Amino acid sequence: MLRALGIILTSGLTRGLIGQIAGTALGYLFIAGLRSLRGLPTEWPYEPALAFGAIIGVIGFLLGAGVLTDWLKWIIGKRTPLRHGAPEGKPAWSRYLNVDYNHKVIGIQYGISSVFILLVGGLFAILFRLELAQPGMQWLSNDQYNTLFSAHGIVMIAAMLAGVAAMVNYLVPLMIGASDMAFPRLNAFSYWVSLPAVFLILGGMAIGGWDTGWVGYATLSLRAPIGVMLFLMGFYIIGFSSIAGSINVLVTVATMRAKGMTLFRMPIFVWAAIATSIIQMTATQTVGVALTMTVAERVIGLNFFDPAGGGNPILYQHLFWFYSHPVVYVFVLPGLGIIGELLPVFARKPLFGYRWVALSSLAIALVGFLVWAHHMFTSGMADALRVPFMFSTMLVAVPTGVKFFSWIATIWEGKLPPRPPTPLLFVFGAISIFLIGGVTGPILGTIPTDLHLHDSYWVVGHFHATMFGGFIFPFFAAIYYWYPKISGRMYNETLGRLHFWLMLPAFWVMSIGQMSVGLLGMRRRVADYDPALGIETTQLLITLAALVIGWSVLIMIYNLASSTRLERAAESNPWGSRSPEWQIPGRIPELNYDVPFEVVGDPYDYGLEGAVYTQNVAPLPVPSGD
Amino acid sequence: MGRFKHFIFIAVLTALSTVGLRALFEVILALPTAASAEARPIDQLFNGHYWMIAFLFSLIMVMMLYSIFVFRRKAGDETDGPHIHGNTALEVGWTIVPTFVVISFGVWGAVVLNDITRPKTDEMVVDVVAKQWVWSFAYPEEDGLVAGELVLPVNQPVLLKMNSEDVLHSFWVPEFRVKQDLVPGRTTQLRITPTEEGEYQLRCAEICGLSHTQMVADVRVVSETEYVAWVEERSQQPAFADMTPEERGAFWASAQGFGCIGCHSNDGSPGAGPTWQGLYLRQEQLADGSTVTADEAYITNSIYNPNDQIVTGFNANIMPQNYLDQFTAREQEILAAEGVEISIVDDLIAYIKTLE
Repeated sequence: MLRALGIILTSGLTRGLIGQIAGTALGYLFIAGLRSLRGLPTEWPYEPALAFGAIIGVIGFLLGAGVLTDWLKWIIGKRTPLRHGAPEGKPAWSRYLNVDYNHKVIGIQYGISSVFILLVGGLFAILFRLELAQPGMQWLSNDQYNTLFSAHGIVMIAAMLAGVAAMVNYLVPLMIGASDMAFPRLNAFSYWVSLPAVFLILGGMAIGGWDTGWVGYATLSLRAPIGVMLFLMGFYIIGFSSIAGSINVLVTVATMRAKGMTLFRMPIFVWAAIATSIIQMTATQTVGVALTMTVAERVIGLNFFDPAGGGNPILYQHLFWFYSHPVVYVFVLPGLGIIGELLPVFARKPLFGYRWVALSSLAIALVGFLVWAHHMFTSGMADALRVPFMFSTMLVAVPTGVKFFSWIATIWEGKLPPRPPTPLLFVFGAISIFLIGGVTGPILGTIPTDLHLHDSYWVVGHFHATMFGGFIFPFFAAIYYWYPKISGRMYNETLGRLHFWLMLPAFWVMSIGQMSVGLLGMRRRVADYDPALGIETTQLLITLAALVIGWSVLIMIYNLASSTRLERAAESNPWGSRSPEWQIPGRIPELNYDVPFEVVGDPYDYGLEGAVYTQNVAPLPVPSGD
Repeated sequence: MGRFKHFIFIAVLTALSTVGLRALFEVILALPTAASAEARPIDQLFNGHYWMIAFLFSLIMVMMLYSIFVFRRKAGDETDGPHIHGNTALEVGWTIVPTFVVISFGVWGAVVLNDITRPKTDEMVVDVVAKQWVWSFAYPEEDGLVAGELVLPVNQPVLLKMNSEDVLHSFWVPEFRVKQDLVPGRTTQLRITPTEEGEYQLRCAEICGLSHTQMVADVRVVSETEYVAWVEERSQQPAFADMTPEERGAFWASAQGFGCIGCHSNDGSPGAGPTWQGLYLRQEQLADGSTVTADEAYITNSIYNPNDQIVTGFNANIMPQNYLDQFTAREQEILAAEGVEISIVDDLIAYIKTLE
């Protein structure tokens, strides 16, 4: 026990946290010191000092965690070979608390962080849902309510980005037959820099919160309480993590595929990872610009958005949504890739229209860049702009439809198991929920109907359905599906099914309930509602459903944690998949494939006698890695 | 029959499910009453979408559940499914057909949008001004009448010219169906022709800070005669010179005046700023730890320099800091119009003293 505590207290995570606190204090005191030299008092919280402290704090975290160590050594000319395997003399789990360059370790780190951050964001949601269960203000003030929903949004985005990175990091190198990602140190950096970002956001809540929502629209963001500052900076740093991670994925897929793995012979999830990474790499900068401009306007008085000084508040919205619309495809494309990956395995049939499914991911990514202004249909921009964006928005439905039809055609006449295991249940759940999200989209796309629905709870219901169907359910499916390969143990099937059968109906009730109250006049981001709207029962149902979802996720966490000890050892390939990672006997070695493979067939040739996807080739010398 | 039989089942089930869902939507996805001319074409478009939602949802769910239950593996069957890679004709079909469907909806949407935003003859203009967290409505055609509620004559096309003084707000009356943001630094427009007499609520639909939730205003659609009577009554507003300071103070505090009421309640209910009920001579605990008696000097200073003395539990930088300028400008207007010198601050203090 004591030893474990010692390992935790000296871990990179703890050192990073201490580094962040120390760095923040240092940065703050530096500015305060400069001011005192001029005889100026600095009252807490002084915003420019806090902004500077936040930057130094993030650097402090990275230095403390040790993720910059190798690069700093390179500067002074020291060589640092990549270390492989568990640290000597320490238990294997300590790897996950320290900087580690193995893509599977980083994938797990991302995954655990993602689930943990999901819980934090979910807790925020439950807190404000309890307030909304009845009309009238019961136990939250406006201030607390605004902070909670704002933090819920951005924390969940951090969680989803981490979840996407978890799946991509763990699976992409395995699926393409690589021993690791192209840039292992950059990979670790991407993960570790996302943690101080989340701490910044939570710190923003601690110093008084903010009231702008996760969108941080100007000019409200310019007058919001000081917590908004840490939110803006935390958001910015998350973007940093996202860009670094996406470059790594693109280079890895471009250069490290196994022999014979042409683009159209890659597992479909890899296509989704590419499409997602392209969006992350090309769109994140604009939100970074918007956030930087807001920080600059608040802290050093540059004028971009405030019309009183000649600025334009709508400019912020354009910059913001140019990233923030495509980013929803960052969340959903990997999830849709998981659905396409799992259905053929369980239906024992090839993925229907593989090339169409693969290219539809790219099509969604492309069209996704041309629709951002549909978030601004009521903003006051000219009709000459609104109408073209209406048509481009409607077109997103086409590649999305291709995915649905292809999934259905895949399971049509397929041999689905009569008692579907948990991952397959979550895939079915994902399809049904993403379908709700999908079919409720075009009504938001046509402007006249949007004029009623905009900023109403219909939108809340719609995007929660796309996020749950496109990310949460597939993510959970992926966790259950790959759990045997990752942990070497089977998860508990009964608990898995219980999780599903609690979460699916609860989500349906929640999502449809949200749309229903939105139609009747419930606005977004309000702490209270008028009982005259006649939505009290529905609001109560939504809150109850949210509680059920919360409990069901706790069941999953218990299942995953306890199954490593309680459940039977898993077979090497329990689902009978053709994907290369399942052909590895037992658990996956440190460098993935002791014997490299070569691709000689198509990935999803289920039902074809004698079809082979991969076969082993003579081993090559292990790359030194530095 | 063979495979063909499955498609007949699918068609029948999908048709039944579509009709059933569409009927269900009348209950679970009901719209509020339609009370404007704009609502009519918009609700027709809603209806079109509802049918499409019901059909697409049914189609995919029926086929998925059918595959799950009808095609599932039979006991003892260990074989794989049929090796079908794809079908280009199908793929092209389910790309082209949805493209035409969504473009048709786009055209429909554009036509309706054009219809509801087109300038009408004989429009009545109302200037809407929003600020944190209060609405006010000016009627330039009624001699600049300003009201804290929006009163509109039925069947009269209205053009709302909207401005925000601080952050984004959004005008939404669900019964009218249309919505438009108010943007600081520019004028946005919204056209409405109310068709049903009644009382509605205007609710701010764009997050605008602390008291966004409470940023509502009454909307009344009345007959032409009632409207004329209302304008008459409101225009009979006595000259400021004839009002008592307390009456003037209540006027300045309202949405027609400076909207103080948006943050400072007069009945003790919580708001973004301290309530005015019982404020006069109250001991206020300040954020810097000191205590102050809310006398004339304190109240005056708190209006002109709101960040000077922040009461514990409230935030700085919320209240505008230019009331001295605003008040002076208004006082000079009144001096020019009525030839009397009044002090708005004194009026407000007189009003606050009445709120015990």
